Amino acid sequence: MSVLGVVGYYEPWWIQILKSFVIFAVALQLVPVILIAERKLLGRMQGRYGPNRVGPFGLAQPLADILKLLTKEQFRPTTSAGVLFAIAPVISILTAVAAFALIPFGDTQDIFGTRVGLYGVDVSIGPLYILAFGAIAFYGVMLGGWSSGSKYSFLGAMRAAAQLISYEVAQGLALVGVLFTAQTLSLTGIVHAQAGMWYFIPQLAGFLIFLVAGFAETNRAPFDLTEADAELVGGYNTEFGGGRFASYYFAEYLNVLVVAGITTTVFLGGWLMPFGIHPPGWVDPIVVLAKMSLVSFFFIWVRATLPRLRYDQLMSFGWKVLLPLATVNALVTAIVVVATH
Amino acid sequence: MTWTPGEDAITVQRPPAPGVARGAWRSVVETLRGLRTTLARIPEGPVTVQYPEEKVPVYPRFRGRHKLHRFEDTGLEKCVGCSLCAAACPADCIRVVAAENTPEHRVSAGERYAAVYEINLAQCIFCGYCELACPFDAITMGHDYELSDHSRSDLIFTKEMLLAEPLERTPLRTEDE
Repeated sequence: MSVLGVVGYYEPWWIQILKSFVIFAVALQLVPVILIAERKLLGRMQGRYGPNRVGPFGLAQPLADILKLLTKEQFRPTTSAGVLFAIAPVISILTAVAAFALIPFGDTQDIFGTRVGLYGVDVSIGPLYILAFGAIAFYGVMLGGWSSGSKYSFLGAMRAAAQLISYEVAQGLALVGVLFTAQTLSLTGIVHAQAGMWYFIPQLAGFLIFLVAGFAETNRAPFDLTEADAELVGGYNTEFGGGRFASYYFAEYLNVLVVAGITTTVFLGGWLMPFGIHPPGWVDPIVVLAKMSLVSFFFIWVRATLPRLRYDQLMSFGWKVLLPLATVNALVTAIVVVATH
Repeated sequence: MTWTPGEDAITVQRPPAPGVARGAWRSVVETLRGLRTTLARIPEGPVTVQYPEEKVPVYPRFRGRHKLHRFEDTGLEKCVGCSLCAAACPADCIRVVAAENTPEHRVSAGERYAAVYEINLAQCIFCGYCELACPFDAITMGHDYELSDHSRSDLIFTKEMLLAEPLERTPLRTEDE
C-alpha cells in the first residue's frame, strides 16, 4: 500500500489545456443554473414565485443580474487598501475554480483514441489539495474585508476567519475516516473504493459532519454569519460593487458546487450508479451532475429552513460538538480498519 | 449596599433544561421537522397574486375613485352645484363653482348646476363623506384604485373626467367570492 505519488496516468499536454477550458466552461455554466435554482426554490418554499419576469419563467434572471453587475462602475472607497481590494475577489474566484478542477466527473475514458480522465487533475493528495485551497479561499474573504477599510466589512471578515478555521478542522477530520477506509488520497481512487458500498453508509457520521462543516465553509445559512445582512449590512463584501461583487458572488456559488462535488465524490460514490448498474462511460458526468444537484438542493433547502446561528453558538457548535464527533469518528474508523485488516 | 427587589421581583417559571442527549435529540428532530415544513410548501404552490396581470376583485362597497352621474332618461347631470360635498369633505379636496341654468342652456335638473367641479385626488382620503352628503346621489365612490400619475396636477380630476364612463380597470367581487 503506497499513499504518496500514485498518479495513474499522465495525459498529453494539449489535453490538459483543453480540459482546463472545459472545466472552466462547465463551472461558468453551472453557476447561473444554481443561482436561478436557489432563488426559484427559495421562492417556492416561501410560497411565492421567485424571479419570473426576465425571459421564459425568469430563466434569464442570472444573465440580467450578471450583466447589471458587470456594467456597473468600479467603485472603491477612499479608505480601502488599493491593490488588496482589487485582488481579494480574484483570490476567491481563483481558489474556487482551482478546487473545482479536482472533482472527478468520470473515469478515464477513450476519446478518439486518447485516454482522457474526466477531471482536471487526479492529484495523489486530493483532499489535502481541496482543504488547502479552502484555506486560501479564506484569504479572499479576509483580505477583502480588511482592505475595504470599513468596520462592517472588517467584522464580517473576522467572523469569516474564525468560522473557517474552526470548521476546517472538523471538515478535515470528517474526511480522515474515509481516507482510512479507502486507503488512498486520490479522489478517483476513493470513488473506485466505493464500488462495494458508498461511503455515506459506513461513514454516516463523517458524511453528516462534512455536510454541516460544508455549510460553514461556504458561508451559507445557517452559518452565514460573515454576511449576516441584518447586523453587518453585507459582511466582507459590503464595500464591493460591480464586477468585484460579482466575483465574490460567483465564488460563493462555485464553492457550493465544489462542496457538493466533493461530497458526491467522497461519500456518494462519484460516478458510480447504485444497484450494480454499469452504464457506458459517457453517462458518468451526468450521474455526477445529478448527485451534485441533489446535494445543492439540500443546501438550498437548509437555507430556506434554518435561521442563522448566534456567533457563540456557531463557535461552541464547531469546537464542542463537531470537532469531538469528527475525532471520535476518525478514531472508531481507525480501530475498525485495523481490526478488520 | 445591595438592592433588594422586594415586591417587584417576578419569578419566571421555566421548564427544566433538557440534558445533553435529550437536547441533541430534540435539535435533530426539530431540524427535520423544519425541513419537512419547508419542503411541504413546494407542492402547495405560490400564493402570490401577479398584480398588474391579476387583480384581487374589490367588494361592491369599496371606496375608489369618485364618479359623477347623469339622469339616464334625460341625460341631465344630477349635480345641482350645492357644494354640500365640499362642505362635508374633511380633506378639503372638492371645489365646486355653481352657475344658473337657463332655458337655453340647461345642464342639470335643478335650478343651478356645477360649472366647475374638481376633485383633487392627491388630497382625497376616500372617506366617502361626499357620497353621504350629496342630496341627489350625484356623486358616488367608484371601484377604481389605480390612480397613480406622473404629476400632481394630473390628479386633479375635472367634471368631464368624473362624468365620463370610467374604464373598468378593477374587477368587482361576485356574490359568492
